[in-house]
Amino acid sequence: MNSVPTAAPRKILSALFVGACALSVALALVPLAFIMFFVVSQGIQSLNLDFFIHDPRPVGEPGGGMRNAIVGTLMLTGLAAAIAVPIGVVSGVYLSEYRGTRFASAVRFAADTLNGVPSIVIGVFAYGVAVLPFRHFSMLAGGLALGIMMIPLIARTTEELLLLVPNALREGALALGATRAKAVMTVLVPAALPGIITGVVLALARVAGETAPLLFTSFGNPFLSTSLTQPVSSITVQVFTYAISPYEDWHRQAWAGALVLVSIVLICSVAARLATNRVARIRGH
Amino acid sequence: MRSRDLGFRLVIGVFAAALLLIVTAIGFELARQSWLSIQKFGFEFWRTSTWDPVAGEFGALPFIWGTLYSSILALVIATPVALGIAVFVSELCPPVLRSPLIFLTELLAAIPSIVYGLWGIFVLVPFVRLLETWTPEALRALPLFSGPPLGVGMLAAGLVLAVMVVPFTSAVAREVLKTVPTTQREAAYALGATRFEAIRAAMFYARTGIVGAIMLGFGRALGETMAVTMVIGNNPQVSLSLFAPQYTMSAVIANEFTEATDELYLSALVEIGLVLFIITLLVNGLSRALIWTMARRVPSKVTA
Amino acid sequence: MNRPLVAVPRPPVTSTPQPEGQLKIDVDHLSFYYGAKRALEDISIKIQPNVVTAFIGPSGCGKSTFLRTLNRMNDIIPGARVEGSVCIDGNDVYGPGVDVVALRRNVGMVFQKSNPFPKSVFENVAYGLRINKMASSRSELAGRVEESLKQAAIWEEVKDRLHESALAMSGGQQQRLCIARALAVRPDILLMDEPASALDPIATQRIEELIYGLKKSYTIVIVTHNMQQAARVSDHTAFFWLGRLVEYGRTEKIFTAPSEKLTEDYLTGRFG
Repeated sequence: MNSVPTAAPRKILSALFVGACALSVALALVPLAFIMFFVVSQGIQSLNLDFFIHDPRPVGEPGGGMRNAIVGTLMLTGLAAAIAVPIGVVSGVYLSEYRGTRFASAVRFAADTLNGVPSIVIGVFAYGVAVLPFRHFSMLAGGLALGIMMIPLIARTTEELLLLVPNALREGALALGATRAKAVMTVLVPAALPGIITGVVLALARVAGETAPLLFTSFGNPFLSTSLTQPVSSITVQVFTYAISPYEDWHRQAWAGALVLVSIVLICSVAARLATNRVARIRGH
Repeated sequence: MRSRDLGFRLVIGVFAAALLLIVTAIGFELARQSWLSIQKFGFEFWRTSTWDPVAGEFGALPFIWGTLYSSILALVIATPVALGIAVFVSELCPPVLRSPLIFLTELLAAIPSIVYGLWGIFVLVPFVRLLETWTPEALRALPLFSGPPLGVGMLAAGLVLAVMVVPFTSAVAREVLKTVPTTQREAAYALGATRFEAIRAAMFYARTGIVGAIMLGFGRALGETMAVTMVIGNNPQVSLSLFAPQYTMSAVIANEFTEATDELYLSALVEIGLVLFIITLLVNGLSRALIWTMARRVPSKVTA
Repeated sequence: MNRPLVAVPRPPVTSTPQPEGQLKIDVDHLSFYYGAKRALEDISIKIQPNVVTAFIGPSGCGKSTFLRTLNRMNDIIPGARVEGSVCIDGNDVYGPGVDVVALRRNVGMVFQKSNPFPKSVFENVAYGLRINKMASSRSELAGRVEESLKQAAIWEEVKDRLHESALAMSGGQQQRLCIARALAVRPDILLMDEPASALDPIATQRIEELIYGLKKSYTIVIVTHNMQQAARVSDHTAFFWLGRLVEYGRTEKIFTAPSEKLTEDYLTGRFG
């Protein structure tokens, strides 16, 4: 060959670039490993039965736990789901059924916008709408804030899933004389249901980990409360309160709370992944 | 059949309209509640840097400064890492590693911000404090590195934000790189390009989308509250120094909202929330527009 | 069997006697695998310098895959494996320590669908020159770009819009631009993978005229599914089927009196 061999600097640069990319991966995984390590090692120490069955005790007294917070988080996310699932799923149906219309585009734009709104701002909104008029913090206000955050997530995943359902199913239903409504509700939605449920689970995991919007809506409560109209504790707010306090014991409990949160997230993520894989395998992908 | 379809469309349309309603309602409610503060202070609000609610002084400059500084710092740290990951996963890594790596980066995105904050206070801040104490005297003289080594401050905030931003930017950049036609890289290789040069050609093709991905990360950093407020020191001052404790818009709302004793105080905080809302709206909107432009680009049709 | 099977007007054959000796491309018992699947089976072929060789065959017969082994473009596919040798100017390009980047500079490639970079016309042609540092000044760069665009017979059409986007041109123009881009780095060999298959007849004709003109200075291998094109443009033709080289010889002979029945069946349209 009559060509000049490739200059060394070019080759070195290329090798350096490849190395830098690999390094970036390592750099990102290091904090992940660190966080998981600390959360697990610190959290596990304080995770005992007391944690789950007792409410917080005054500092210094042993045996305090986060029962009220766990119950609170469960109820708050349940409330959020009650608000968000109907609105989110039905909106998703609209977005997929009437895809090309201007209204659908506007709704989609609104959903994406809402997705990007900082959670603290949503908390301020919920405060104005659900706390101020009644002059006290409540579980309802907290549930509302979380629900608002869930709606766009559920709407978009529902839309995408419905689009994945093969058109042949819809046509089959329509050909048998079903109205559009019937075709959608009895054929399409059930077909997409596993994915929709997965989407809801992931959205739940996401809002279960939110703190900011709860700070001045559900606020917090040192006692166990199941009342909709009273302030209620939540794992996230409790962890925050403990973390910024000066007490060692509370710090330990904060780590335990963090471990519970991360476990929830992990379990939901893995479950969601397995569910989508299973569905894909059943469909024969 | 027609009317029933129309009825169906109307009913579900109402639900869909809820989304539009909520977004506009948020805008209105924020504006309504901040009206008192807007009227009282006007634009001076954003140019004054003294925040002393007890004395009735409300200057919000430190917050917008802190938000922008921390977010830009996070961007500077996170962008190369995120792009490196995106390139590695989509172009360089052995196929068997691809899925696990993607899962791990998704995990980073899923960790609740309060957990980042907790880790930030108890692990990152002491580490940053160590770094700050080790900073050589010569650098200490610069305004960028001045001040006592407290650990909490802009640097810690920038670092924790960067870790949180990386998975978002990386995921979008990865998707964007997938849309680059293989023939672009092939053209580069066929001309004698090295690996780096061919990837660079692909990234050039995807530049709009990549900028969109970066902006998305920026938007994420702007809105982050908990992790930042736990490591930034919460001191309403405008400072160039990475070591100085500062304050962000979301952090001050989180910390002081429940302590706002009078209407004016509350209104001022809501006004800060309103501006945060507007800024993130713009940044996210721009980011989505860029990514959408990229996705729409069809490889040039070969006409007769 | 003396009637030509494909009746097409051909330019008069300028029979420059082929010099004996140095083969440009010498492929010896080449097999190619995608992972466990064998895509090319035991191919041996010798190509002289300054001839146009056409690879023909039905879809999926391996002609494009084989083309890409000549400049090691298949390397970028994970799981690709090669047995045998491909010697260019006497050196096995799959040998140890071969500089693949330099190889690809020397063996240019034009693709089926034109793939200009989303840059200006000038920048597209200059790309190869820039990365290989083949021009030491702006004026030299501009000169080389102009030379390549003239060689690709597109200079007149673009000389007034060198800095406009390459994507704004028609398909035929883009393809000639890609040829100019490939020629800019002064390869010895030009590989063309169905370069005109996406173009209309007039644009196709211009490409074919171009190939005929380039033959003087380059060794050209062209993959085509269009038999008439192969007959018009090439000096030698190789017929591939299911990953094997079935027959290879002078184009007139292949098209008028093929030795293999398989070749004859393909040419008469019995399959493929």
